[in-house]
Amino acid sequence: MTLTDRLREKISQAFYNHGLLCASYPIPIILFTGLCIVACCCPLLKLPLPGTGPVEFTTPVKDYSPPPVASDHRPGDPNEQPEWYVGAPVAYIQQIFVKTSVTPWHKDLLAVDVFRSPLSRAFQLVEEIRNHVLRDSSGTRSLEDLCLQVTDLLPGLRKLRNLLPEHGCLLLSPANFWQNDRERFHADPDIIRTIHQHEPKTLQTSATLKDLLFGVPGKYSGVSLYARKRMVSYTITLVFQRYHAKFLGSLRARLLLLHPSPNCSFRAESLVHVHFKEEIGVAELVPLVTTYIILFAYIYFSTCKIDMVKSKWGLALAAVVTVLSSLLMSVGLCTLFGLTPTLNGGEIFPYLVVVIGLENVLVLTRSVVSTPVDLEVKLRIAQGLSSESWSIMKNMATELGIILIGYFTLVPAIQEFCLFAVVGLVSDFFLQMLFFTTVLSIDIRRMELADLNKRLPPEACLPPAKPVGRPARFERQLAVRPSTPHTVTLQPSSFRNLRLPKRLRVVYFLARTRLAQRLIMAGTVVWIGILVYTDPAGLRVYLTAQVTEQSPLGEGTLTAMPVPSGVLPASHPDPAFSIFPPDIPKLPENRTLPGETPESGGPVEGTLDSPVPEITWGPEDEELWRKLSFRHWPTLFSYYNITLAKRYVSLLPVIPVTLRLNPREALEGRHPQDGHSAWPPPQPRPDGLWEAGPKGPGMAQAHRDVTLYKVAALGLAAGIVLVLLLLCLYRVLCPRNYGQPGGGPGRRRRGDLPCDDYGYAPPETEIVPLVLRGHLMDIECLASDGMLLVSCCLAGHVCVWDAQTGDCLTRIPRPGSLPPSPRPPGPYRQRRDSGSGSGFEAQESWERLSDSGKSGPEEPGDSPPLRHRVQGPLPPSLFRDQPDLTCLIDTNFSVQPRLSEPTQPEPRHRASCGRARDNPGYDFSRLVQRVYQQEGLAPVHTPALRPPSPGPTLPQAPEDEGCSPEKGSLALSWAPSADGSIWSLELQGSLIVVGRSSGRLEVWDAIEGTLCCSSEEVSSGITALIFLDKRIVAARLNGSLDFFSLETHTALGPLQFRGQRNSTSPPTYSSSDTVACRLTHTVPCAHQKPITALKAAAGRLVTGSQDHTLRVFRLEDSCCLFTLQGHSGAITTVYIDQTMVLASGGQDGAICLWDVLTGSRVSHMFAHRGDVTSLTCTTSCVISSGLDDLISIWDRSTGIKLYSIQQDLGCGASLGVISDNLLVTGGQGCVSFWDLNYGDLLQTVYLGKNSEGQPARQILVLDNAAVVCNFGSELSLVYVPSVLEKLD
Amino acid sequence: MAEGETESPGPKKRGPYISSVTSRSVNLMIRGIVLFFIGVFLALVLNLLQVQRNVTLFPPDVIASIFSSAWWVPPCCGTASAVIGLLYPCIDRHLGEPHKFKREWSSVMRCVAVFVGINHASAKVDFDNNIQLSLTLAALSIGLWWTFDRSRTGFGLGVGIAFLATLVTQLLVYNGVYQYTSPDFLYVRSWLPCIFFAGGITMGNIGRQLAVYECKVIAEKSHQE
Repeated sequence: MTLTDRLREKISQAFYNHGLLCASYPIPIILFTGLCIVACCCPLLKLPLPGTGPVEFTTPVKDYSPPPVASDHRPGDPNEQPEWYVGAPVAYIQQIFVKTSVTPWHKDLLAVDVFRSPLSRAFQLVEEIRNHVLRDSSGTRSLEDLCLQVTDLLPGLRKLRNLLPEHGCLLLSPANFWQNDRERFHADPDIIRTIHQHEPKTLQTSATLKDLLFGVPGKYSGVSLYARKRMVSYTITLVFQRYHAKFLGSLRARLLLLHPSPNCSFRAESLVHVHFKEEIGVAELVPLVTTYIILFAYIYFSTCKIDMVKSKWGLALAAVVTVLSSLLMSVGLCTLFGLTPTLNGGEIFPYLVVVIGLENVLVLTRSVVSTPVDLEVKLRIAQGLSSESWSIMKNMATELGIILIGYFTLVPAIQEFCLFAVVGLVSDFFLQMLFFTTVLSIDIRRMELADLNKRLPPEACLPPAKPVGRPARFERQLAVRPSTPHTVTLQPSSFRNLRLPKRLRVVYFLARTRLAQRLIMAGTVVWIGILVYTDPAGLRVYLTAQVTEQSPLGEGTLTAMPVPSGVLPASHPDPAFSIFPPDIPKLPENRTLPGETPESGGPVEGTLDSPVPEITWGPEDEELWRKLSFRHWPTLFSYYNITLAKRYVSLLPVIPVTLRLNPREALEGRHPQDGHSAWPPPQPRPDGLWEAGPKGPGMAQAHRDVTLYKVAALGLAAGIVLVLLLLCLYRVLCPRNYGQPGGGPGRRRRGDLPCDDYGYAPPETEIVPLVLRGHLMDIECLASDGMLLVSCCLAGHVCVWDAQTGDCLTRIPRPGSLPPSPRPPGPYRQRRDSGSGSGFEAQESWERLSDSGKSGPEEPGDSPPLRHRVQGPLPPSLFRDQPDLTCLIDTNFSVQPRLSEPTQPEPRHRASCGRARDNPGYDFSRLVQRVYQQEGLAPVHTPALRPPSPGPTLPQAPEDEGCSPEKGSLALSWAPSADGSIWSLELQGSLIVVGRSSGRLEVWDAIEGTLCCSSEEVSSGITALIFLDKRIVAARLNGSLDFFSLETHTALGPLQFRGQRNSTSPPTYSSSDTVACRLTHTVPCAHQKPITALKAAAGRLVTGSQDHTLRVFRLEDSCCLFTLQGHSGAITTVYIDQTMVLASGGQDGAICLWDVLTGSRVSHMFAHRGDVTSLTCTTSCVISSGLDDLISIWDRSTGIKLYSIQQDLGCGASLGVISDNLLVTGGQGCVSFWDLNYGDLLQTVYLGKNSEGQPARQILVLDNAAVVCNFGSELSLVYVPSVLEKLD
Repeated sequence: MAEGETESPGPKKRGPYISSVTSRSVNLMIRGIVLFFIGVFLALVLNLLQVQRNVTLFPPDVIASIFSSAWWVPPCCGTASAVIGLLYPCIDRHLGEPHKFKREWSSVMRCVAVFVGINHASAKVDFDNNIQLSLTLAALSIGLWWTFDRSRTGFGLGVGIAFLATLVTQLLVYNGVYQYTSPDFLYVRSWLPCIFFAGGITMGNIGRQLAVYECKVIAEKSHQE
């Protein structure tokens, strides 16, 4: 034992113990894990919340100096400067806030005059500022020395080139609109247009050019034809590179001196530093969103693989929680140990998740789920854990290794990432082992409990178990029945995702998932999110402004409200005003202007002659920059390709400047066109003391309201139209009516229809199948070679049908009236008619059926109307290429069989029917004699041709050499009970091989209905038969295998009357040949218990038995090659094909895939709850059906379940593969066609009224793409609908 | 399992009820189109990532920056990815070693995520010098191959693609057809081969996963059940 093996064993043992522990104490462990998570995440509370809003920090102006670059920042001191307050700011911003108005107002002034001359003063101010020079001892300082020199604008901003300064001081003022040229301004006929020409048409969230140049929010500027206050405010923004206290002080002093603001109470004593976080633009958002989309796709595909658990979504959630909390724990732990995350969390998060991965969790789930269900939960968990322990450890070691390599790249960012990933991996492992495993154990326990609870009542109602069958099996089967009987559980497998661009499918898909609606919704949410995220301040300002304007307090708030009289400085020139509350002066106007709304009265400068200070300075003006968009400064700097991200700017105290202009100045500044501009001057009111005032506010109010209402109405209308449109689209595209019963009364409701994963219920059609009637009881065995179809019912009748036309060619009645004994438990053909899952009842009913059937066949003629096909569209041409068999078989079945008398030379089977009346057995001697007489051939005699009743004598043919071995057992087989019922049936060429419960093997000629030979030296019933070429293999109840070889005494040749048969099919045996069946080899004890499954292909013979093993034999020499062990229950079904792939299903619900060449097990899938009833393979998939009425499709190479199809009750095993991608399944009176690759339901075909409500129990696919379904006692021959052919 | 059947695709006896994907050319076309669009999308997104690398801090127009490179670059990437994605399964088939390792969509998604991550790292992480960048990216790329591919054909093809693509790019640049957006010439040259290698592996992974699908349809067996 190598070291690895020992290590492996140790690990496996440890995991086993751990699994036991987890499953034993789930609740304490989960609590403990939760505590751990919380404890590890605690340090996260200290981390700042992510966000990109700017952060402010205020320092006093006095003794200000830029902070040092290398900060001695101590984290313990919260009052100290924030971390970012390091080094000099990007810029110092000095705003000079100008408020100006024309006063007193004259009635012959125009609306344009409100802002034209005030704006013209900006040129003068800018000039003053530019020319300001400080002279002191250290020399002269001018603005040029200190200001921030900017270079080119960004290449994309050509259109702003003339408006924003380039190659010089960054100095912004409204004068920039006119390139700081006074003449241009005076020549400008339309100021408003000039200002607004660069305003974006759409909703803009960041700062516009007007905001930048005016330096105040747009609505405060007062540059509007409808301005109520006739006061214009703007700022001149200076951006300094260096802080020079003296220069700034002198500038401030000079401006205050030149333009005093008497009532200004600005204290101007603090600097505000604004720090900007890293910003996320759309350009960065796109890759981020992409990574998140990929992440979600990954999580989706991963969690899709969780299967066979009680709550799929619960486990998926647990898996995601495991990964997420392990990441949180990793960040928390890293923070705890002093490592501060510097990476952008949102960016690296998807990669961390992907690196850590959900694989282990899924592997764990799969491994636990695939343990045998009948084990205790504890043991299942432990086994599952320990079986995957090695791979988990190996994967983890690999990942750790890769990450460690990454750690040694010595790139700080990658190192940090790797550190997080390592801690994340370890904590993820911890959580998987403790948290997820426990959740899994709880889930599995819940599943079992739920199933048990569900199953208890029917079990209690059961009659006491009979000692037949396998009681153990039934009990277990009861316990593990699925809890959801009627769901279409199509797993969204990986193969279902990339679909063909079939137009309709796409449309249906869109409609069903409401993709368009969801996308629009998601888009809206994202848009709003981006809006809020990128410009919270701007939006908030906008909203508050809206609210303020709408509020009844009116727009006087800005000036009036915050200026209580007490705050006004003592030097206020108008004591008369100051004693009035601000709202009082409105009253006279309201009286004089009854048409006005109360709030339209507006500002207090109502009276003409009183020197009322229109210009007031409130505390909010000092911080007016706060009302700007928070992207104002970043936008400004970004125009010059300077980023403010992770840096800060310092805002110097605002310098207030008040300018008063008299009307004369205003008139002087007027442009000649202003008089007859598009906007007429506000109409002077007859009683108006002031002209523009009353009208202006009203109009503005109305205007603004109208705009708002317009926008609202438009939005509403657009929304309604959109909703209606979507509704129509939805109606058109998604015709599925939810929950409404559709269809006729006799028909299944549409909701019951099987529909595929996309909710697409395909067209259902109804075709009238060829109904093959003639059996009195349920059909037991079906066999076909493509041309012929042989069926055998419980009553023991064997019918041979033409698979093309559905004609009954031959009937071989049961040679005795014995009740058919129930088939051995091997081949799982129990019908769960009652649906209760009780096999006993089914068997009982069987027996009852067969009892009634016993009296049935004695009735003459076997109810003649049933003999022939009801529709009977027998094309006469079909008989052209048939041999003239009228001498042998009466194809005219409508003739009353009663006419036939034994004395007449009648067609054979009619005679037999007639004979059956008086004789309980079938008189074979007559047949033989007739054959003698009519054909004069050498009698194809076998000793098995003996009547069950001793009455009629049988002429023992002396020339019976081929079957000599049977002679010893003659006496035995003469007993009436020896015939037994037919347990197995095979057809090849025109020979039918029948295995009976008595152990007799019979070979019949299908066309002529004559017994060719038989063999019955062993009395153990034949449970399964293989008829391949000339070899017959019979598996018996006692576990032995008999190999027979068929010998013909004359040369074989293709029959002349079946000309259309292609050469690949096995040779047919002409009736003129003598066929003898010789026992070549016997494997006496192939299995300990009855052989239940037998298949042969590729020269190999595979047997499956109740002793839980499979054996592989070589066909030529009957040599046992392998004994395959791996099932924990009896084998129920076996599949082998030419590619030597062997699949087996057992009572344990497991499917094993084996390699026939080596005898090794390729994969093991836990497939069904309850027995696997049938199994077949295509080149890519394994298709299994189980007692749980599920059909599961598995990927053949990986063993991954692709999807499953819920079958109707009792139709569980009815499935057939037409081609590599067409699957046909049976339902209640219908057959459904599925696309095997995608699990799409292609079509459902109803088979007429007759079979309505009857479950299709068996489906046999013929070569010519016809499907034979077994509906109780009748067969339906269905041709694959033409729609499907068109599809190809 | 499929190698036996692939030699004779033409006259193979085929049941009448095979859905339309069976026709090889249609299937091939669908796969090609899917791969093409994936390639175009990845090219646009990854280009955006590279654009952010300090070339312009404030791209004046976001939409313009998405399409900042020459118009023919994304289609070229799309075509290349379609070719690669089709080439991988084809070579797998011809060499007769069908790729069996981790053939699931979740694994493919993981691979794509790691690929984007490598691009992200190359765009965002500041490296000391270009050799370090090259070595790191090479290690990451090989790690990608080891984690998601592990086939010799995959490695060989990836190296070939990387070599060829780098050569073509260099030729284009020398002939002045195309220019790197980054002023730092060496920087681009140092990551280009690794990115091409990782991209080849990723597209091959996607292509193989798409082809799994086709194999299931095309592969046929003689047995009729």
